[in-house]
Amino acid sequence: LVMAVIKLHGHPISTATAMVLCCLNEKEVEYDFALVELSAGAHKQPQYLALNPFGVVPTIQDGDLTLFESRAIVKYLAKKYKGQGADLLGNTLAEQALVEQWCEVEGHSFFPPASTILFQTVLRPLRGGTTDEAVVEINIGKLNKVLDIYEERLSKSKYLAGDFFSLADLQHLPWTQYLVTACKKGDLISSRKHVNAWWEDISSR
Amino acid sequence: MAAIKVHGYHASMATVMVLCCLNEKEVEYELVLVDLPTGAHKKPEYLALNPFGVVPTIQDGDLTLYESRAIIRYLAKKFQGQGTNFLGSTLSEEALVYQWCEVEGQSFNPPALSIVSQIVFVSMRGGSTDEAAVEMNVEKLEKVLDIYEERLSKSKYLAGDFFSLADLQHLPCTHYLVNACGKGDLISSRKHVNAWWEDISSRPTWKINFT
Repeated sequence: LVMAVIKLHGHPISTATAMVLCCLNEKEVEYDFALVELSAGAHKQPQYLALNPFGVVPTIQDGDLTLFESRAIVKYLAKKYKGQGADLLGNTLAEQALVEQWCEVEGHSFFPPASTILFQTVLRPLRGGTTDEAVVEINIGKLNKVLDIYEERLSKSKYLAGDFFSLADLQHLPWTQYLVTACKKGDLISSRKHVNAWWEDISSR
Repeated sequence: MAAIKVHGYHASMATVMVLCCLNEKEVEYELVLVDLPTGAHKKPEYLALNPFGVVPTIQDGDLTLYESRAIIRYLAKKFQGQGTNFLGSTLSEEALVYQWCEVEGQSFNPPALSIVSQIVFVSMRGGSTDEAAVEMNVEKLEKVLDIYEERLSKSKYLAGDFFSLADLQHLPCTHYLVNACGKGDLISSRKHVNAWWEDISSRPTWKINFT
């Protein structure tokens, strides 16, 4: 019986794709990478829309299962491969609940301002537009408030959900990487002692 | 066994979703009122439970948990053996539940909540509706609902042939869109979305919130 390898449709420049790649590596899972050429609009072609009607990357195929939404994909991988690689879920029901909680915090409180900052400071100029500084300002304000809460949390807990690296920390990797490098907003991280230590730790895995 | 404590507000969409889940799972709970109009959610007592200062938050023994989508996931797992099975029966089914939960959280909720905020909450606070913002978000939501229409033409519920967390997550905001925003046509103009909405919104555990 030949086990089909997981197929990952995505693009290396996509933060969501990067997150799934990171998870596959943490779980020591083999995969086939199928490049979706975003600059050529491949993600909007019928062939790709048949896999993911929302026309965004990434999407995975694992046997009969076709799955999109990067946060759902990493959750699936973390569960399916629970016995190997890093345990990203926690051991008790309570630990797992805290992982889910901080995953939701990432998805609803961290990601929206972070991605807006990325869009305004990097993507918009790349496409010939101009940065709306007022919007950037507003979102830095939002992110500051969120990171103050992270600072408090991480002063009591090594990682977001507890003393173990989990999906919740993993979900922060791609966006924070962009914030610190391309967006030049590294001070958001470095100005906070515990957030900085946490970032140094998770970004050096 | 101490009952689960839900700190929330009866008119909060996220609170109502958690209560509906508890009812579906046939789990006893105690509702502790967090009086939003008087700013109770921003007081130190509540911030000690949930530093983000939003409702709801639950306490189950030693566990304090917030983020309504995380709460219902926890309840669905902890009480997997009783009440409605929200997670499917296989790993693949569960994966599709999470996929559609993420679609709700990342594609449906942002425009839907913006519309509800503009039409309902802004005027409640004495401001005026930004019609252009509503227009823009209605357009976004139309595109998302077209995809739902296609999906629901092949599948009774979003994740498969079973009512799951993914469908539950849509109840509160859609209820407001249809009943408080005059945007029912978004739903009723789509045959399969309409059938799905009629089905999920007529569940007794949901209707009981409005009696």
